[in-house]
Amino acid sequence: MDIFVQQIINGLVLGSIYALVALGYTMVYGIMGLINFAHGEVVMIGAMVALFVIKALPGLPAFISVPIALAAAAGVCMAVGFAIERIAYRPLRRAPKLAPLITAIGISIILQNLAMLVWGRNYHAFPPIFPVSEHDVLGATITSLQIVIIVTAALMMAGLTLLVQRTRLGRAMRATSENPPIAQLMGVNINQIISATFVIGSALAAVAGLMVSANYSIAHYYMGFMLGLKAFTAAVLGGIGNLAGAMLGGILLGIIESLGAGYIGDLTGGFLGSHYQDIFAFFVLIGVLIFRPSGLIGERVAERA
Amino acid sequence: MMTLTLDTLKQDKRAAIAATVGVGVLLAVFPFIVGSTLGNSWLRILDFALLYIMLALGLNIVVGFAGLLDMGYIAFYAVGAYLYALLASPHFGLHVPVWVILPAGALLAGMAGALLGAPTLRLRGDYLAIVTLGFGEIVRIFMNNLNAPVNITNGPQGISSIDPIHMGGITLAKPLSVAGFTLPSLHAYYYLFLALALLIIFVSIRLEDSRIGRAWVAIREDEIAAKACGINTRNIKLLAFTMGASFGGVAGGLFAGFQGFVSPESFNLMESVMVLCMVVLGGMGNIPGVILGGVMLTVLPEFFRHSAGPVQQAIFGKILLDPEALRMLLFGLALVAVMLYRPAGLWPSTIRRREFNGEAGNAVKGGK
Amino acid sequence: MKPTLLIANAICKHFGGVKALSDVSLTIRKGEIYGLIGPNGAGKTTFFNVLTGLYHPNGGELLFDGYKMRASAPHLAAQSGIARTFQNIRLFGNMTALENVMVGRHVRTQAGVVGAVLRDPRTRREEAGIHRRAEELLHYVGVADRANDLARHLSYGDQRRLEIARALATDPKLLALDEPAAGMNASETAELRVLIEGIRNDGITVLLIEHDVKLVMGLCDRVAVLDYGVKICEDVPAVVQKNPKVIEAYLGGSVA
Repeated sequence: MDIFVQQIINGLVLGSIYALVALGYTMVYGIMGLINFAHGEVVMIGAMVALFVIKALPGLPAFISVPIALAAAAGVCMAVGFAIERIAYRPLRRAPKLAPLITAIGISIILQNLAMLVWGRNYHAFPPIFPVSEHDVLGATITSLQIVIIVTAALMMAGLTLLVQRTRLGRAMRATSENPPIAQLMGVNINQIISATFVIGSALAAVAGLMVSANYSIAHYYMGFMLGLKAFTAAVLGGIGNLAGAMLGGILLGIIESLGAGYIGDLTGGFLGSHYQDIFAFFVLIGVLIFRPSGLIGERVAERA
Repeated sequence: MMTLTLDTLKQDKRAAIAATVGVGVLLAVFPFIVGSTLGNSWLRILDFALLYIMLALGLNIVVGFAGLLDMGYIAFYAVGAYLYALLASPHFGLHVPVWVILPAGALLAGMAGALLGAPTLRLRGDYLAIVTLGFGEIVRIFMNNLNAPVNITNGPQGISSIDPIHMGGITLAKPLSVAGFTLPSLHAYYYLFLALALLIIFVSIRLEDSRIGRAWVAIREDEIAAKACGINTRNIKLLAFTMGASFGGVAGGLFAGFQGFVSPESFNLMESVMVLCMVVLGGMGNIPGVILGGVMLTVLPEFFRHSAGPVQQAIFGKILLDPEALRMLLFGLALVAVMLYRPAGLWPSTIRRREFNGEAGNAVKGGK
Repeated sequence: MKPTLLIANAICKHFGGVKALSDVSLTIRKGEIYGLIGPNGAGKTTFFNVLTGLYHPNGGELLFDGYKMRASAPHLAAQSGIARTFQNIRLFGNMTALENVMVGRHVRTQAGVVGAVLRDPRTRREEAGIHRRAEELLHYVGVADRANDLARHLSYGDQRRLEIARALATDPKLLALDEPAAGMNASETAELRVLIEGIRNDGITVLLIEHDVKLVMGLCDRVAVLDYGVKICEDVPAVVQKNPKVIEAYLGGSVA
């Protein structure tokens, strides 16, 4: 019980981040049936831009530099997301699914290596601008930063839900993901909606990127890959195409991973150590796809002959 | 412009024989040409190209024929390589002969393929891709960490001093004397790899035009209709997957013996992606296309690596951009470009080209 | 009376809250042409899918040729001798007509990987046999002149016939046709009728879903009528035509 609460807290932080990234995957999949493999790199770009903006403004206190960094990161990420969709996915909308998947891999590689060219191979340390204040919760510690992350993520998720449920844009998005041709007949501009989906997802990715690098104090050009893969797992876990599912899946995966990493030594009698942390996500993914492919709260889709 | 396919060669017998003889002679003397003009490092690259061609052909059965998207194929390569390393090196002090290890590698990799495939092959295309990707990563992570508490794989440092390929006293690590003629080691490996690659090519060609080959295409086109024709789609898919895996295992064993050293780094996601691209970019389902893809993606990056630095030096007086990053960047751009303009690959099989250009597969609409 | 080939006993199938089939029982005799009719959404294709193993029934059982059928997978139904065509035509579009029918022979042939690679005499004989039979079947249904054309380039009527040829290639005891005459004009329908009768005369029992009433009444020996997943009548066409429940189902009100 000693580390249980601590791991739960860590899991909530990690899970909040996964949730934000998972939303991007699930929205794109819901609307286009496509796994946006490059989404993880967009998170990475958000992290890098934010980090360097903050580094470029050394004198300013956190509550000023962070929003500026966030705005810059979001701007860049939204532009990147928009460009990816326009240049690489739109022309392939009717092609067999293999083509956009390979293209996505190609874009992922391009973004990673552009990042390497621009920012170098090194790991970059996040400037220590956040006050280190810890609080005691049930015998474990939680930092102010972690609280901010969890709260911000929750607010963003609530905002997105409002957007999708209550606004005209949100209605159009839902219609497009249900039935694109009919939505078009109802006057929805599919191209615009798809672009908007990518842009919104990318904005969330930027925020997530900043959170990751702030929480772990580093950023580097390869950080997007694993994170993206795990966030995708979270989306599948919750039920791909389903916003609530992405949020639930994200939080759940974060907690599973944290608890797993914490207890794996005990569970396997010392045989497996915590550097096996990454495989939890993969086992969850394989397990979900085999036993409950529609995810926890996804719809069951039966194929009609 | 006439598309050169095996079909056109089959029709004109004399042209076919002339072409075969010509290619045969070229292949036989090729290592000597490369060795004397470009040097030993390029001969090594040629040998690696043959290994990759074997891998690409193995994956072609999975992706090109059966249409199953495997993004973690390199895991089977890793299984074969590590098995060889564990059974023929100072690590455990075992020195099992090659003719035992290679089939054992094929078997073990095939079993791994069956284990992975059994629960997952019914998944939709892109999900299967991610699951296989995950599997590839799991294998790599295990290889990287199975060094404590019991040291099995020696972790990130890998296993070195692996026995070179040898049989009955003849070892390929040293020059061989063949009929009064000395054959350097790299040349000997070339001929061995060439022979095995030709074998895999032969098997692929035979499979393509067979009951099983037709069943694979049928499953790709319309799985439900295929089932209605009595095709046990689960087993047939598993067959493709397992075969592809076992070819990967054999190639892995050869790799370990050739390079003398294996480490988890050699079996990362980028490698899986590379082999996949050899199949997809070269031409899915088309054997010459896949070979072309294998050659291109082994040779071009090396060529680039050798020249990127010097070219930048010559133009700018210094190295502006990290050549490695530049190389990968160009690769990514090439991937996107090929998918946008030639999604079936540079040299696809006719049926694949149709799939990508016409209505995609299912639900035949009444034609004109 | 001819021996029975298929007995369906109280077949039930539901999707969530929708009851697609409720206690459907029918009997098909060997050598019959048996029609399954009913308004749209009555459950006819659902019944086909249960019969051919695409769906698992929630209740009831099927007895085929004396054996209790557990067609949990479609390829097993094909093995047992039930072949089908699809309402929306499911051909292998990018394969030629000949290749499509050759795939139909899969269930009755055996060559595996070893045979494929070695091309031993037995495999070669089998391949030649597959080729021959496929060509025969293309002649039989009347699309032999299109043997080397891609299936998706065939005309609509030819595609329907090609699908029948492919189903026949599985050497079925029961051929289940799902709306084979859909979209056909009068002369094509007449040709289809001749083809189906020929198939029956060659010893294959035919089960037919159709909307073309004239075709059904003229061709079928017996007919079952489904409405909202329930069988409301099963008899010879002349009797079914006059059944008040049938008339009500189609016209939505009793005819005075």
